[in-house]
Amino acid sequence: MADLSIDFAGIRSPNPFWLASAPPTNTGEQVMRAFDAGWGGAVWKTLGDPIMNVSSRFGAVDLGTYKMMGLNNIELISDRPLDVNLKEIYEVKKRYPKHALIASLMTETREDWRVLIKKAEDAGADGLELNFGCPHGMCERGMGSCVGQEPKLITEITSWAKEFAKTPVLIKLTPNTGDIVEVGLAAVAGGCDGLSLINTIKSIVGIDLDRMVALPRVGDASTNGGYCGPAVKPIALHLVAALARERGITVPISGIGGISNWRDAAEFIALGSTSVQVCTAVMHHGYRIVEDMIEGLNEFLDARGMKSVEQLRRAAIRSYREWGELDLGYKIVAQIDPKTCIGCQVCVTACNDGAHQCIFVGDEEKQRPPHAHTHGNAKPPQPFPVGLIAGERLPWIDEPECVGCNLCQLVCPVPGCITMKEVEGEAPHETWNDRTRDGRTKLPGGIHD
Amino acid sequence: MGELTSLLEGGRAEEALPDKKPLYSEAEARAEAERCLYCTDAPCIQACPTEIDIPTFIKKIASGNVRGSARTILEQNLLGYSCSRVCPVEELCAGSCVYVGWGREPIAIGRLQRFATETVLAEPTKSPGLRALYTPKPKIGKRVACIGGGPASLAFAGYLALEGVDAVVLEKRAIAGGLNATGIAPYKLHAAEAVREVEWVLDLGIELRRNVSVGEGGVRGAQLLTEYDAVFVGVGLGEDSRLGVPGEDGPGVIGAVDWIERMKLDPKTDKPRGRVVVVGGGNTAIDVARECAQLGAQDVVMVYRRTRDAMSGYAHELAAARKEGVRLLEQAVPVEVIRRQGALVAVRLARTEGGRPVPGTEWELACDQIIVAIGQSKLRAIAGELPGVELDAKGCVVADAATGQTGNPRVFAGGDCVNGGKEVVNAVADGRNAARHLIAQWKGSSNG
Repeated sequence: MADLSIDFAGIRSPNPFWLASAPPTNTGEQVMRAFDAGWGGAVWKTLGDPIMNVSSRFGAVDLGTYKMMGLNNIELISDRPLDVNLKEIYEVKKRYPKHALIASLMTETREDWRVLIKKAEDAGADGLELNFGCPHGMCERGMGSCVGQEPKLITEITSWAKEFAKTPVLIKLTPNTGDIVEVGLAAVAGGCDGLSLINTIKSIVGIDLDRMVALPRVGDASTNGGYCGPAVKPIALHLVAALARERGITVPISGIGGISNWRDAAEFIALGSTSVQVCTAVMHHGYRIVEDMIEGLNEFLDARGMKSVEQLRRAAIRSYREWGELDLGYKIVAQIDPKTCIGCQVCVTACNDGAHQCIFVGDEEKQRPPHAHTHGNAKPPQPFPVGLIAGERLPWIDEPECVGCNLCQLVCPVPGCITMKEVEGEAPHETWNDRTRDGRTKLPGGIHD
Repeated sequence: MGELTSLLEGGRAEEALPDKKPLYSEAEARAEAERCLYCTDAPCIQACPTEIDIPTFIKKIASGNVRGSARTILEQNLLGYSCSRVCPVEELCAGSCVYVGWGREPIAIGRLQRFATETVLAEPTKSPGLRALYTPKPKIGKRVACIGGGPASLAFAGYLALEGVDAVVLEKRAIAGGLNATGIAPYKLHAAEAVREVEWVLDLGIELRRNVSVGEGGVRGAQLLTEYDAVFVGVGLGEDSRLGVPGEDGPGVIGAVDWIERMKLDPKTDKPRGRVVVVGGGNTAIDVARECAQLGAQDVVMVYRRTRDAMSGYAHELAAARKEGVRLLEQAVPVEVIRRQGALVAVRLARTEGGRPVPGTEWELACDQIIVAIGQSKLRAIAGELPGVELDAKGCVVADAATGQTGNPRVFAGGDCVNGGKEVVNAVADGRNAARHLIAQWKGSSNG
């Protein structure tokens, strides 16, 4: 069993799985149940001045029969009295001393921050997360993402917090900004001890076409919300990686955004996260999902011979390059397994209309499109393969024309049926940056080469 | 309720048999529709005799465009509603679904097709029926007559009515719809539902003349050829074939098609009781056996003269029948019906070899009813009514496979009277193809 425990800027946690500041961390009763289920830490639902919430608050994007691929919310920070929240934080921390309990905070003036930080720390919080990310409601009042979009404000408020705080200060960043590195560096400049990202993405989740009101609907009107859930994971991964690669980012990162299982978590950790925070998946399936996350990550680390989760951290950073550093000589082509192909030919249409017109059906030669790079007809493989299931509906790849784009593999409904095979390319190992350095900026393989 | 539907009396035996595949709710339909892979050049389309663009209509259900879905179905198959319920999808579209080869449940195409067509056509708040989607084109001054009011004629008349042709359907029965109304297993489609679809088609502006037969003592073919620009023959098949054994005449022995029609339409017909012997190995035989079992017969035995591999009845239907308690007696044939004081008491069976009885192997099987499902006669007389129309050696009307045109260029034919007895969907394809051909011909001649 690998060691899953982490030390995040001095905040110790039995595992890297934290609940993000959101409805699942609204009350002490919930957080205690979550810790019992196995969560290593929790960021309390944001504390601040009293607010009022609306009904309804959530909207979702479903994909086919999969529910809540993306979730949008217009809920604000905690609507419970501050002293109740603080009392519950105290109780939880007393009963769960080894778990990480972080207070998310949001307020306005320097004095407000001083008071709020003191109260949170007096209640026993292990650390503070300043919510500079909320992109709905609070930002209209000059807080949340309104701060997170202004590097100067980030630095200033962070430095106030550092002045007042005894515990580590994490800054929760908004993705609703042009350059995540700029805002991340601003937080580091303010002296923060860690970064959490991403907060939700400003969004309109859909429209009720019968009423002509956006969702979620509040009476006869709606407003923009914050988008999260599995759909935002790729955006979050990129922003986390962008900060992890930046030399000036010297603090640990808590990765957030669509994490639903151990595999998602491993990806965030491999791109530089020290802890990960989860919300939507718990709102969907409950605290119980952490059992598989812990077990799955353990199994994965064991299988890779890694002794601790720390060894996984940043493992995929080195291979993350600029496009200009990619090997232009590398070539793969698609291969369709005649044993498992079911003959749906979804790949045929996808390739023909959405890619490079190099998948065909039938045992006769096929005329290539006029823009093809290869001369002559596409020739079916010999001997012509017949699918075990697909029979004569088994498609074949015109390998000389296949650019190895992966689309067929991505659309194929049968896991493992289409694979991408490495082939010996005629082109040497060479990157675009190599070419520009050499003054050869002409198209590789193109007509000017 | 339409005029035709009101002709159906209550208390029909078929009403006791519930729908085995009820209408999907919208949630069920969408969930099932989402499973469709949207295959390229989909095998299900190729397997459909009317070539409905199945993946397209399913994707429209998934997107919530149910009217568009119904349109996609009906443009290829105007009787897409009844076909969704009576088609042997296991043998056709669903049987060819790529999921089958993968070892997964195929898409429930029939149920999705029913959802789309029934949801749109039976929509209670809007103009019901095909008028919910279609407005026939202005009249083009052409008239056609259809002999027989079954699926082939209705498809022919319906597609032509949409093109502005005046169509008249001559039906010898009091009720129209052909086998859809009189012969479909009730757990698939009840008569009232079949007749409702007939009304939807007629509502396109088709005139139905009920209780009108064509031939001697009725309307003559020559008269039709004089009055109409084209005639469509969709008369189906004739009487049930008989066993031709001693004792057959008398109470307790009845032809299958006759029995099904009474069970579906005649409230005075009693439910089957006691021990029923069904003779035959086709789908009609299996239907009757299942219906008897479901209606509470004490014992149902199918008697077939060859082995089950040779049965023309579908394997999935036989499997369902056996689950319902139907027994199958293979390689046996009735040689005599045994009566006591006129009443049926048993059937004498003989073992067969190569389908022929072997003398000396006879035994008696006690029974209270014998239903004979060994085929139907051909309505040969229709050929004599229409000059140029010919019959093949089996008595089927000879018609061009693509156009339905007979030896008389103004006479078209389709459905069971041409193919000897196939599915409803084959009859619809025939009627539709003939209509398309005729319209193309008329448009071509007016243009050129």
